[in-house]
Amino acid sequence: MNRIYPRMQTGDQARLDYPPYKSTLLRAPKKPLIQLPHTLSELTGPVYGHNPIGETDSDLTRQCAGEPLGERIIVAGKVLDEDGRPIRNTLIEVWQANAAGRYRHERDVHPAPLDPNFIGAGRTITDEDGNYRIVTIKPGAYPWRNHTNAWRPAHIHFSLFGPAFVTRLVTQMYFPNDPLMARDPISQSIGDPAAVERLVSSFDLDLTEPEWALGYRFNFVLRGRDATPFEGRE
Amino acid sequence: MSRFAALPSQTVGPFFHFALTTNSALGVMAGAGAKGERIRLNLRLLDGGGAPVADGIFELWQADANGVYRHPGDGRFSECDQSFHGFGRMQTDTNGVAVFETVRPGRVKDDRGGWQAPHINVTVFARGLCSHLFTRVYFEGDPSLESDCVLSAVPANRRATLIAHRDSEAGLWAHDIRLQGADETVFFDF
Repeated sequence: MNRIYPRMQTGDQARLDYPPYKSTLLRAPKKPLIQLPHTLSELTGPVYGHNPIGETDSDLTRQCAGEPLGERIIVAGKVLDEDGRPIRNTLIEVWQANAAGRYRHERDVHPAPLDPNFIGAGRTITDEDGNYRIVTIKPGAYPWRNHTNAWRPAHIHFSLFGPAFVTRLVTQMYFPNDPLMARDPISQSIGDPAAVERLVSSFDLDLTEPEWALGYRFNFVLRGRDATPFEGRE
Repeated sequence: MSRFAALPSQTVGPFFHFALTTNSALGVMAGAGAKGERIRLNLRLLDGGGAPVADGIFELWQADANGVYRHPGDGRFSECDQSFHGFGRMQTDTNGVAVFETVRPGRVKDDRGGWQAPHINVTVFARGLCSHLFTRVYFEGDPSLESDCVLSAVPANRRATLIAHRDSEAGLWAHDIRLQGADETVFFDF
């Protein structure tokens, strides 16, 4: 079968059928996925979102009249393919809860305050070297009703397109040393602990702006074409 | 060059609307001047209990009426209909439904030198889906369905789960995507 983009390792992916995450029970497909060749349908993909990015789109702390509450942070890094090549001019969409762990969403009923100065949604585009940078507020952990006393670790949602339909990625970025991670069925739906760890950002003093904001580094690796020999994984 | 492993997906969760589906123009995939047969596609997402999935999101990607993708990876990119966008994104409503306006796509080459039947590529995201799902929508009654290489690889008794039906209303097509059950839709791995 013609596969221009090699398959991902099974353990590297989140398992669809993962009963500890209760919402999977009626939603995860039960029949095996069917292998698809890579035709133009899979190798092309939308070039979406290249309308001009507004000045405040990538700075979630400057989208309202006043300053949001919470710990100001910078999240930055690169978007790369599996060979480490930068992915240029690709859209990154981002959304998150506020510092109190509450989303600005009508269905979020967590009794924590909304912040009138924080929306929690933004977007940016990678530069010519694949770099991106957003400024935001560190999101709070929040409870959910998956099981008794269930809490989601603090996380930021990201959505990326990459160059093709097969490179689409929607994922969540976590923060270092979060004791909630090990108890979180969503992150643990990934089979391989090393793959879970790749969703954890690292604190980076070099990204920090003195007397302003702490910095976290996070690189996105999207599926890559089978262009070079496999030389073992990092 | 060292090789990195691609990041795993995580569920889109229930609270994406204020970030991902604020632009309702993404329900229209072809401008007014686009060539071809204008259609509306009524996509409905159902869970294993047959209940509508009211917090899902569909992304659609298709070729224009001549089978050209609006993407430089298509060798005929320069011929792509300038009034055609090809990308759609909408949230499901309380009935699990999203309606897209587009044109019926043309045929696109397969990986063996043949031609695929007209189809729309669909990505499904929702709470409870740890990773997004890929499926396709074909069109009932199309004579090229018989020779499509992807449909041929699907067990005969499951092919119908990939084929949209004409509604009684002119130009309207309807298709259910069932996440589980006896008629579970075919989802693809690639």
